[in-house]
Amino acid sequence: MARISASVYTSHVPLIGVAMDLGKTEEPYWRPLFAGYEASRRWFAAHTPDVIFLIYNDHATAFSLEVIPTFAIGTAAAFEPADEGWGARPVPRVIGHPDLAAHIAHSVILDDFDLTVVNKMDVDHGLTVPLSLMCGQTRAWPCPVIPFAVNVVHYPVPSGRRCFQLGRAIRRAVERYDQPLNVQIWGTGGMSHQLQGPRAGLINRDWDNRFLDRLIDEPAALAEVPRIEYVREAGSEAIELVMWLIARGAMADAAGGAKPRVAHRFYHVPASNTAVGHLILEDQLEDKAS
Amino acid sequence: MSLDKPYLDIPGTTIFDTAQARRGYWLNQFCMSLMRAENRARFKADERAYLDEWPLTEPQKRAVLARDLNQAIAEGGNIYFLAKIGATDGRSFMQMAASMTGLSEAEYRDMMLRGGRSIDGNRVLGEDGDAQPQRQPQGSGKPGWEH
Repeated sequence: MARISASVYTSHVPLIGVAMDLGKTEEPYWRPLFAGYEASRRWFAAHTPDVIFLIYNDHATAFSLEVIPTFAIGTAAAFEPADEGWGARPVPRVIGHPDLAAHIAHSVILDDFDLTVVNKMDVDHGLTVPLSLMCGQTRAWPCPVIPFAVNVVHYPVPSGRRCFQLGRAIRRAVERYDQPLNVQIWGTGGMSHQLQGPRAGLINRDWDNRFLDRLIDEPAALAEVPRIEYVREAGSEAIELVMWLIARGAMADAAGGAKPRVAHRFYHVPASNTAVGHLILEDQLEDKAS
Repeated sequence: MSLDKPYLDIPGTTIFDTAQARRGYWLNQFCMSLMRAENRARFKADERAYLDEWPLTEPQKRAVLARDLNQAIAEGGNIYFLAKIGATDGRSFMQMAASMTGLSEAEYRDMMLRGGRSIDGNRVLGEDGDAQPQRQPQGSGKPGWEH
């Protein structure tokens, strides 16, 4: 049986990818940010999973306004890094896991989450920047990745509650898979930021850190926070943070198990227009002991 | 019965909801066309002619030609789509964000390095934060950018 062993949460600011691609990570502007991910890369090297289920949003790249899926699961064998208008990032193509992805789609749809199944799409910085942050520069990503795109651009976006419940359904789906795969689930985007209008540049450090606290300690209650609070308190693009609740809902404690262990926590302002938040939560292996 | 839209009283902020997306459909689809290099070249060669191939409203076309992103957003544009125009001009996301605030690029960058724009006074229309309508423009910047 497959299992979810850990969840990773991180912002996916496009300029972070640019800084890595252009070799600027040692510049004074960037050094504190990348220093915050050094422990993450060590952790990931020691805990490389068989598959990453990576929740992100497409930024008007694969999906225009022609079709706007709320939840889209990538079931292809591979996904190319997209050209978002500045040229494609020089990062490896993303190898999928079509069999597990199809299995999760089947199981989650039976659980009343009406996913869109996507057999062809390019992936943008929302997916590749988290991989770069956790893996560094590499000729090949260390494991297959299932892209899971959430609409957080065209309002209304799914609620925190819906996302948390979806995470629980994804955990059930993974546990029904009959291969012994170690799966990590990553939630990306955020934290506070607003990219539009005279309020662009908004950062709310207190709100962000309260979100991190509550994501660790009381995720089900955090999932009840209405959309308007994200937008008003942390900026129009901070609504991306609902995606973190999908990953959090897939941890053992949301299914009655033990609370996860905090392996790493980091927060930094600014990266371009955005506050960067990052958490790694490990499920406790109590089931192995029993 | 009207829909609940509790976000209409946030200063300096336009939520890209279903109504805005309807208003801006062709504007945003025009922006998507700039993902292709040959379209970027045609647009740069004669912006007006390229825009005239699309069923945009005249205010939408003027907003694009002026690179006035606040106006483009009011006309239904979404920032992730509008960013394709900035990419076509070789501009960064930060330069585009600054252009909507009235801050110069340097002033905007300094604001971010100081920890970003404060939420204080910027939650609800009628307060006195720097994003409120009565406090625009915020600095020495101008709408749009050289292109």
